[in-house]
Amino acid sequence: MEHTLRAVDSDLGAMTHGIAAMGDLAVSQVRAALDVFVRRDLDLAGKVVRGDDALDIQDAEIEKRAIRFIALRQPMADDLRRPIAAMKIAMQLERVGDLGKNIAKRVLRMEASPPPGLVASIVGLGELSAERLAAVVDAFRAGDAQGAYSVWLKDTDIDERHERVLADLIQGMSAGGQSAGDWAHLLFIAKNLERIGDHATNIAELVHYQITGRELEDRPKL
Amino acid sequence: MNTQIEAPPETAVLQLPPETVKLTVQNLDFYYGSKQALFDVTVSFAEKAVTALIGPSGCGKSTLLRVLNRMYSLYPGQKAAGQVLLDGEDVLSSRVDVATLRARVGMVFQKPTPFPMSIYENVAYGVRLYERLSRADMDARVEDSLRRAALWEEVKDKLKESGLSLSGGQQQRLCVARGIAVRPEVLLLDEPASALDPISTAKLEETIAELKRDYTIVIVTHNMGQAARLSDHTGFMYLGKLVEFGETEQVFTNPVTARCRDYITGRFG
Repeated sequence: MEHTLRAVDSDLGAMTHGIAAMGDLAVSQVRAALDVFVRRDLDLAGKVVRGDDALDIQDAEIEKRAIRFIALRQPMADDLRRPIAAMKIAMQLERVGDLGKNIAKRVLRMEASPPPGLVASIVGLGELSAERLAAVVDAFRAGDAQGAYSVWLKDTDIDERHERVLADLIQGMSAGGQSAGDWAHLLFIAKNLERIGDHATNIAELVHYQITGRELEDRPKL
Repeated sequence: MNTQIEAPPETAVLQLPPETVKLTVQNLDFYYGSKQALFDVTVSFAEKAVTALIGPSGCGKSTLLRVLNRMYSLYPGQKAAGQVLLDGEDVLSSRVDVATLRARVGMVFQKPTPFPMSIYENVAYGVRLYERLSRADMDARVEDSLRRAALWEEVKDKLKESGLSLSGGQQQRLCVARGIAVRPEVLLLDEPASALDPISTAKLEETIAELKRDYTIVIVTHNMGQAARLSDHTGFMYLGKLVEFGETEQVFTNPVTARCRDYITGRFG
C-alpha cells in the first residue's frame, strides 16, 4: 500500500534502487576478479581495483540517504527496517568489493599461473559465492523473503567447497612447483571467496529481517 | 524454520499477566444515543506503567478513556455495557460512587482547564473536596504535587497569582498537579500535549515518565512519536474496535496487524 505522503515512497524506492544497483556492481566485481584470476588479465585487474572505489562511494551515499530518511520521515515498523537494513546491506556489499579488489591485487603479485586443476577448483568456489550473492540481490530487489531464506540455508555448501579447495591447495603445496608467496596468495584468494559467500548469507538475513521483522537464528554450520 | 509469510491476523491483543494489571476493560460496548461507538473492547492496563491509545480521529480512543472514570455519565443518552474493573471492582456499577471513582481515576484534558483562581488554590481545591488537611499539610501537598508535575521551580514565588497567568504548557502541568494532588491511582490523559510547544511537550513527557513510578497512566495521543517515547504498552483502535494491543516496542517496530502497520507508517487506510 502506498504512503499518504508520497515522498516517503519515492525515498524508499530510491533506497531500494541504490542497494540493488550496488548489489549488481558487487556481483560483477566478484565475477571480474575471477576472470582476472583465470586469465591473469592485468588490464581487467586495474578495472576491478578502480571499480571498488565506486562501491565505496555508493555505500557512503546509501548511508547518507538512510540517515536522512530516518531524520526527516521518522519511519516506524517496516518503514524503519528499510533504512536500517539498507545501511547494513550496503556495508556487506562494500566488504565484498574489498575482497574482490584484494583478489585482483594478489593475482597481480603472483609469480606463476597455478596448475589448471587448482584454478578450476578455486573458480568453482568463486562461482558458487557469486551465484549466491546474485541470488540474494535478486531476492532483495523482489522483496522475496523466501528467496533470501533459501540462500541462507545453503551457506554450508560454500563452506564445504572451501574445505575441498583447501585440501587441493595442501596437496598442491606438497607437490611443489609454486613459490611460497604464490601459495600464500592462493590461500587468501580462496578464503576471500569463502568470505564473499558469508557476506551473501549475512545479506540474506538482513533481507529476511527487513521484510518479515524476524531474525533468522542458528545459521546452518558445517 | 517457517518463514512463510502468513496472512496477518485481523486483531492481535496481548493478554497481560493478571498480577501486573490495575484496570481491566471487559467486553465494553458504548453508545452515544443510538450510535454505537465502542464494540466489544477488552483490554488491560498495567499498574505503574504507561499505556498509549492511538488511532485515527473517531476511532473511539477518547471514548474509551472517558468510560474509565465514567466521565460519560455527565451526558444524557450515553451508555456503556460491559465491565471496567479497577482492582477487580466494576466501576460501571451504580454502587460505585462517581465522585470517589474520579478521585481514584483522575483525568487531564486536551486543552488546559485551570480554574480562575490562584495557582495554589487550583491544586488545593480538589484536595479539599476529599480531605481535611492542616494548613501545613496542604502546603506540603501543593508543593509535592507541583514538584511532581515539574512546575514547582517555575511557580514557587508566585503561588498567589492566577492560574490563568501561566503559559499554555505551564497551565497543562498545573492541571496535572491538580490531578495528582488528590492522590489518584490512575491518571487519564487525553491529548495532553496537543496544544503545547516542543519544550513544554518535552517537560510534560518527562513529568509523565516520572509519574509512572507511582501511577497507572493511560494516554490518548495522535502523536506517534509521543506514544513510542512514553508508553510501555500501546493499543491501536479503529472504528470503535481495539485492533492491536501489545508492548510498545513490538507495536512500533513490528506490528502484527495490517491496519496497525498501515496507520503507524502513514499508508492509505
